[in-house]
Amino acid sequence: MASGENVAQEYVLHHLTHLTVGEGFWTVHLDTLIVSWILGIVFLGTFWLAARRATAGVPAGWQNFVEALIDFIDNLAKDTFHGARHFIAPLALTIFVWVFLWNLMDLVPVDLFPHLLNVVFGVEYLRIVPSADLNATFGLSLTVLGLILIYGVKGKGFGGYCKEFVTHPFGPWLFPANLILNVVETLAKPVSLALRLFGNLYAAELIFILIALLPIWVQFIPGGAWAIFHVLVVPLQAFIFTVLTVVYIALSYEEH
Amino acid sequence: MDINVTLIGQAGTFLVFILFTMKFVWPPIKEAMDKRREEIADGLAAAERGQREQELAQQRAEETIREARNQAAEIVDQANKRGTEIVEEAKASARAEGERIKESAQSEIEQEVNRAREKLRAQVATLSVTGAERVLRKEVDAAAHERMLDDLVSEL
Repeated sequence: MASGENVAQEYVLHHLTHLTVGEGFWTVHLDTLIVSWILGIVFLGTFWLAARRATAGVPAGWQNFVEALIDFIDNLAKDTFHGARHFIAPLALTIFVWVFLWNLMDLVPVDLFPHLLNVVFGVEYLRIVPSADLNATFGLSLTVLGLILIYGVKGKGFGGYCKEFVTHPFGPWLFPANLILNVVETLAKPVSLALRLFGNLYAAELIFILIALLPIWVQFIPGGAWAIFHVLVVPLQAFIFTVLTVVYIALSYEEH
Repeated sequence: MDINVTLIGQAGTFLVFILFTMKFVWPPIKEAMDKRREEIADGLAAAERGQREQELAQQRAEETIREARNQAAEIVDQANKRGTEIVEEAKASARAEGERIKESAQSEIEQEVNRAREKLRAQVATLSVTGAERVLRKEVDAAAHERMLDDLVSEL
C-alpha cells in the first residue's frame, strides 16, 4: 500500500512539474511559454486570416464567428469604457480568446501530451495549461496593472492621478490612510485577477490528475462530470478576466 | 509555484499579441462590419424610399386613369351630341333641298304649260286661216263672183 501511495504521489508531482531551463529567478517554464505561444499564434493566425478576408458583403463561416465575437467584445468595452476604444477593445479580445484557449487546454486528457512528447521527443515534464502557471497569469495581470496606471495618467493627468491617490476617498486631511488604501486597492487588482484565474485552473487540473488515478473503468463518471462542469468554467474565467480588466482600466481612466 | 523570468516572457508576449490584434485583426474586421451596417441601413432606407415612390406613382396612375376616364366620357358625350346635331342638320338640309327641287320642278312645269299654250295659240291662227281658206275655196263661184265684180266695175 505504501508503494501504491508513492506511485500516486509521484504521478501527481510529475504532472505538476514544469519543463524548465535555468536556475532560480532565471528559470524559464518552457512548457508554459511554448504552449501559450502556440495558442496565441493559432488565435492570431486564424483571426488574421478572417481579418484579411473580411468583406462588407455577406459574411460566412469563420468570418461570421469572428465578427460575432468582435461585436460581443466591442459591446462589452463600449458599455464599460467611455472613451476611445481602439486599444481597449483589441486588448479585451486578445485577453478573452487567449485565456480561453489556455483554459481549454485543461480539457485535454491530462496524460495525452505529456506521454506523447515523452515517447516521441523524450520530454520529461510537461504542463500544457498555461493558466495553471502563476507566471502566465501574473504576466497578464501585471501588464494590466501597467495599463491601469497608464490609463489613470492618461485620463486624469499625472497630477490628477497622484492627487487622487492621496485625497481619495477620505479627503486631504487623512492622506496617509488614503495613500495606503489606494496602493493596496491598486495592487489588489492584478493580484486578484491572476490568483482567481490561476486558482480555478490549477484546482481543476489537479482534480483531473486525481481522477486519472482512479481505476480506468470508473474514470469516465467523475471525469465526465468534471469536464462538463469545466465547459462552464473555461469561458467563464476568460470572460471574468476580460471584463475585470476593462472595468479596472475604465475605473482608473474616468473621474469618480 | 515559483515566480520567475517566465512571467516577463509572458508579459512581453502578451503585449506583442495585443499590438498585433490592435494593428492587424481588429481594424479590418470592424471596418467591414461598420461598412456592412452602413450598407444595410442604406439599403433599408432605399427600400423605404422606393416603396414610398411606388405608392406615389400608383396614386398618380390612379388619378391619371380617373382623369382619362372622365375625359373619355366627356368626349363620348360630345360625340353623341354632335351626332344628333349632324343628323338634325342633315334632316333640315334634306328638307330644304326637297323643297327647292319641288319648286323648280313646278316652275318648269308652268313654263312648259305656257310654252304649249303659246304654241297652241299660234297654231290656232294658222288652223283658222287654213280652215277659212278651205271654206272659202268651196264656197267660191266664178260666175257669181264675176258678176259681182262686174257690178263693182260698173259702179266705178
